[in-house]
Amino acid sequence: MKRWLPLIIFAALGGFFYIGLHLDPREVPSPFIGKPAPAFMLPVIGQPGVTFSPEQNKGKVWLLNVWAPWCVACRQEHGALMQLAQAGVPIYGLNWKDKDREAESLLAQKGSPYTVSVDDLDGRVGIDYGVTGTPETFVIDKGGIIRMKHIGPINADNWQAKFEPLLKELNQ
Amino acid sequence: MKRLFMVLFASLVMPVWAGDAVPVGEDPAIEARMVNLATELRCLVCQNESLAGSHAELAEDLRREIRDQMKQGKSDKEVVTYLTDRYGDFVLYRPPFRSYTLLLWLGPVVFLGIGGVAWFLTLRRRRSLKATDQVSAASLKQAADLLDEKQD
Repeated sequence: MKRWLPLIIFAALGGFFYIGLHLDPREVPSPFIGKPAPAFMLPVIGQPGVTFSPEQNKGKVWLLNVWAPWCVACRQEHGALMQLAQAGVPIYGLNWKDKDREAESLLAQKGSPYTVSVDDLDGRVGIDYGVTGTPETFVIDKGGIIRMKHIGPINADNWQAKFEPLLKELNQ
Repeated sequence: MKRLFMVLFASLVMPVWAGDAVPVGEDPAIEARMVNLATELRCLVCQNESLAGSHAELAEDLRREIRDQMKQGKSDKEVVTYLTDRYGDFVLYRPPFRSYTLLLWLGPVVFLGIGGVAWFLTLRRRRSLKATDQVSAASLKQAADLLDEKQD
């Protein structure tokens, strides 16, 4: 027993480190899961005078995608979002802290996956949603309840693993 | 010439110095309260830095938010609730004692206990070793002879 003790301790430590390797420190658990999506009313990009509020989407399952023109990872997921939008997934954008006002021209140039994207210039609405960085995507159900938060870019893999089953369930 | 150099040198240093100045709120009392509270809070972007010390943009925004709320007369507790409502207990460097923080709070005590038990057992074994391992006079003589031999 005594001879094996160092090996046992090493194996236990190794086990912890191995698990730690697969944990993402950015995956902070969101306190919003199962709670109503915070209300806001923000101007829609490219449509002067028009505003959007989550209230308007009651009765619909939709995605709120937090993005920014200065965000590199958002460009990574742009292609995936375009495909989803074409497949009929309602994606709403929250343009977070776009100080240089580039969103409108960028969407015109690259194509917009968003039904509408709103402008959160000072980042306050982002803070209300507990956003720590871009991109982050919230799944909001018909009753306006946040059901899931995804941190990082959406791709085919995590869409199939995380989003698709949930959306299917919520849309029933 | 020397003076010219000094002027040149000063002009080199000045812009760098000016760039490092940290913007401070108008009210020093609120600023002190904000910094005091923010050192207890975790920056969500660079997670090993406090909200007071971080240069991340989100940290700046959150400091602004804390400052604004304090100006509105909110207590420290209300401000902390505002942040935990949005970012969870994760923002607190001293999270509350809950079922999922049990290991965090009690872990050190458990490890201290394990260490204490190991220490106690080791000491007891050493004491018993001393008591039983008595060297006989013959062995001592043999050892002395061997040592003498080597010295020759």
